[in-house]
Amino acid sequence: MELRDPVISLEAIEVKLGGMPILQDVSLSIGQGEFIVILGPNGAGKTTLIKLLLGLVKPSAGSVRVLGQTPHRGLREIGYVPQRRTLDVELALRARDLVGFGLDGHRWGIGLPSRRNKEKIDLALQEVDALHLANAPVGQLSGGEQQRLLIAQALISDPRLLLLDEPLANLDLAHQQEVVALVDKVRRERGVTVLLVSHDINPLLQFTDRVIFMANNHTAIGTVGEVITSETLSRLYGSTVEVMYAKGRYFVVGAEV
Amino acid sequence: MFAVFQYPFIQNAFMAGSLVAITTGMLGYFLVTRGLTFAGHALSNIGFAGAAGAVLLGVSPVAGLLVSTVGAAVAISVLGREIRERDVAIGVIMTFTLGLGILFLSLYHGYAEQAYSILFGTIVGISRSDVWVTAGLSAGLMVVLALVGRPLLFSSFDPELAEARGLPVRLLGSLFLVLVAVTVSIAMQVIGVLLVFALLVGPPATALRLVHRPASAIGLSIILGLAYTWLGIILAANSTWPVSFYITTLAFGIYLPVRYLAKYRVDKQARRERGFHLQSATGSLENERPSADTARPMKGLHHA
Repeated sequence: MELRDPVISLEAIEVKLGGMPILQDVSLSIGQGEFIVILGPNGAGKTTLIKLLLGLVKPSAGSVRVLGQTPHRGLREIGYVPQRRTLDVELALRARDLVGFGLDGHRWGIGLPSRRNKEKIDLALQEVDALHLANAPVGQLSGGEQQRLLIAQALISDPRLLLLDEPLANLDLAHQQEVVALVDKVRRERGVTVLLVSHDINPLLQFTDRVIFMANNHTAIGTVGEVITSETLSRLYGSTVEVMYAKGRYFVVGAEV
Repeated sequence: MFAVFQYPFIQNAFMAGSLVAITTGMLGYFLVTRGLTFAGHALSNIGFAGAAGAVLLGVSPVAGLLVSTVGAAVAISVLGREIRERDVAIGVIMTFTLGLGILFLSLYHGYAEQAYSILFGTIVGISRSDVWVTAGLSAGLMVVLALVGRPLLFSSFDPELAEARGLPVRLLGSLFLVLVAVTVSIAMQVIGVLLVFALLVGPPATALRLVHRPASAIGLSIILGLAYTWLGIILAANSTWPVSFYITTLAFGIYLPVRYLAKYRVDKQARRERGFHLQSATGSLENERPSADTARPMKGLHHA
């Protein structure tokens, strides 16, 4: 699929970490406002792909362009939510402080509170429907609430690209749906491009435009119907993989996803 | 009780102690939130070797402390990138330097008093020039902390995001360890290398249980540190017991009930929230963490 003005374009990308090839010959381009889900088993290179886009890892071959430039650290137009464990219960940090890091956490100095920042933080909290949690200590909030705050933190710098690394991990189904619905709302309202890493396509089926499936150093990109098939996955894994579709959900048999 | 303040050495102890309480209160907050308490403990033990070596050579123990702890801070940040790896590196360096320290002490044939005060602190040995040195180093610490405070906090809570935002996260970590090293060095005079830890960890750990925003936690941590130190000095001046005993006992005696009561408060709140979940749940009684049987369809089927 050719895009005229891609937000992300990778050409024949190869990434090695400690001499081991993690990504091989990855070429893809992603347009403005697309909702892309990145799938694949642990160690397939999903997080590496995200870090490539952030400029945290460099390709050993190929070219990568993000928002019209070579990726480098500190790009404010990218909102990023790293993969994480749940936050410490004893963290002396309010929701408001956490979201505020997205605004000025990287600036030198102490960071005195200002009315302008407070308004921006309130707006961001409102966007993820968490204004009522503003002064709650983050460590005592549920996983879903924490995830919403982290999304607010990523949105506060008005990014054009949102990178979410496993935002659904450790959430039950109800909270997964809540987070996915929020991400989709943000995408529609802001027109941002979303790349979301997940282990499970099912909660994302009705929202995703295309998926990137990574396994065994191979990568496939396309719509769910194109990629989540027995043929494509068998090719990626290099072994027989069966995909079944039942009751509106995909099931993969014969491979770790 | 307060008549002791007419003695110059008590005034000196009081001034040096206050500076120590302020710097340990600030640095200790970052130490606890960064999960580096073991590093703080190790740096003070490493400082023991430096101070003992300095005493043996007849130079200022504070100078020995500074050289050994700052050197160790740099070595630790070079050797260990990951926390687990770092703790092993710290342990190896710490035990080696403790061995060195005991060697220096056995080679030293002067007053045992001097070695004793390195380990456990004293309020009688602090001169006015010690106070000035402490004041200078404390001022330096505060200036650096004012410059790096926000990024340091950000990278403590979310190193990955901080790195993506362009912050030199590793460099900040190394700089922070150097700041801890300097703090340990000035705190040694009042409370001694073995017990610096009480001021570095006690007040911030207590404060973290009581308040929920970074600025308040740092403020409360400083207030608690000052209270422990002042009370400790006054009590020690009016008795024959050592000042570090009073300070550590106060730190422990306050932390314990706060920990118990604050934990109770958290539990109560958690219970209330869970109750709320049950009422508002839309046909789902699931808790946050998925249990073993909330299988992810894409994942689990091939096991079946």
